Amino acid sequence: MAGFAALSVLLMFVDHVTDWLDKSRAAMTVAVTPVVVIADLPNRSARGLTEMLSSRDDLRRRITELESELTLFKVKTEKMAALAAENNRLRDLLGSAAKLQDNVLVAELIGVNPDPEEQEVVIDKGLVDDVFVGQPVLDSRGLMGQVVEVSRYTSRVLLISDQEHSVPVQVLRSNLRLIAQGTGIDQKLELQHVNSTADIRVGDQILSSGLGNRFPVGYPVGVVDQVVFEPGKPFAEVAASPTAQLDRSRHVLLVFTESRTPEATAFNSGGSDGNSGR
Amino acid sequence: METVADNGLGGMTIIVATLLVGMVFAVLPLPDFVPAELGFLRPDWVAMVLVYWLIALPHRVGIVVAWVTGLLVDVLLGSLLGQHALAYVAIAYIALNLYQRLRMFTVWQQALVLFALLGLNQLINFWVESIAGDAHWRMWYLLPALAGAFLWPWVFLFLRAVRRRLVVM
Repeated sequence: MAGFAALSVLLMFVDHVTDWLDKSRAAMTVAVTPVVVIADLPNRSARGLTEMLSSRDDLRRRITELESELTLFKVKTEKMAALAAENNRLRDLLGSAAKLQDNVLVAELIGVNPDPEEQEVVIDKGLVDDVFVGQPVLDSRGLMGQVVEVSRYTSRVLLISDQEHSVPVQVLRSNLRLIAQGTGIDQKLELQHVNSTADIRVGDQILSSGLGNRFPVGYPVGVVDQVVFEPGKPFAEVAASPTAQLDRSRHVLLVFTESRTPEATAFNSGGSDGNSGR
Repeated sequence: METVADNGLGGMTIIVATLLVGMVFAVLPLPDFVPAELGFLRPDWVAMVLVYWLIALPHRVGIVVAWVTGLLVDVLLGSLLGQHALAYVAIAYIALNLYQRLRMFTVWQQALVLFALLGLNQLINFWVESIAGDAHWRMWYLLPALAGAFLWPWVFLFLRAVRRRLVVM
């Protein structure tokens, strides 16, 4: 007994301090992946059932709706492409580096961390899909989090609302740069070290600032919904709610920025930024 | 019904299967209409299944099984490798020392002991988390132990039925 206890402690120490065990953990994750998949079955079949039970008319209406939405988005994308090209030409004139295009890979949620204190989800893409640790994850509305652990077929994503997670952000209106930290179960973000004279208001959009080189620039992170200046305190208390639907989204997007392909990441991994992993 | 009598590899398969079912319950996502706070009540199903087998078949399920199970749970939940392993080894040690007495107890008396064991389990997990990160002790960390103790009679009766039906020895 004492031997196994000591072994556990040793393992924990090694796992906490080094990344030597990451490979074995990834291998063992493959072994328990069926458990995660089976646990997701009730949810999955419930969704399948609603789909089966929805009527032809409903489905037809949904298809029409989605098609019109798609046309709308296509028009918007074309406009965006033109704007992006123009933007890059202008940046070229100014002599600054061109903005990079981001590629995305769609992944599906297959599990959540059962501990409500830990804001983590498991997705169905892993090493075989070139997912890498530190990869930014979005949903259709905004930034969701980053990959913290990759195994062969699955990866673990730490959400921006986790207490151990921070994102470098900026306020869209005033370009004020801040750090947004998660608060855990209430799925709020806390903007840290906001000067009491800072230009920030309720309703301000906050975007990822791209500082720290982990998250791409300009993705929506949240909306400020509370600003409290308390006299006598050095900083204002500012809370924001995330734009991404952290507890709703079934489909998430993994971002591949050209400069941060797996090779490039391997080259400058251990990146010195404010984002935590574990 | 014809039962599969056996005391070799097949028996171990059933033990492993019940532990895997426990793991499925451990990560089963709560449906959307349930408030997330309910997750604080989720008992450690794997530990409960483990304790059952430790009491029922101490010669087959011991420290080693507990340790390996713990490692798999660590991988499953993404905790530090060895964290649940340590907790399970500790409760396995106590359960193995008490199994003869525990067998004499009524289920509700067992449930009381289960509360202590599961509480210790939570405590060890909390210790590790507080040393490795910054966790703050909150009384609701004991809720899973309480929930586990209340659910113990059903887990016990179910697993005993499984063991008798499939004659795991």
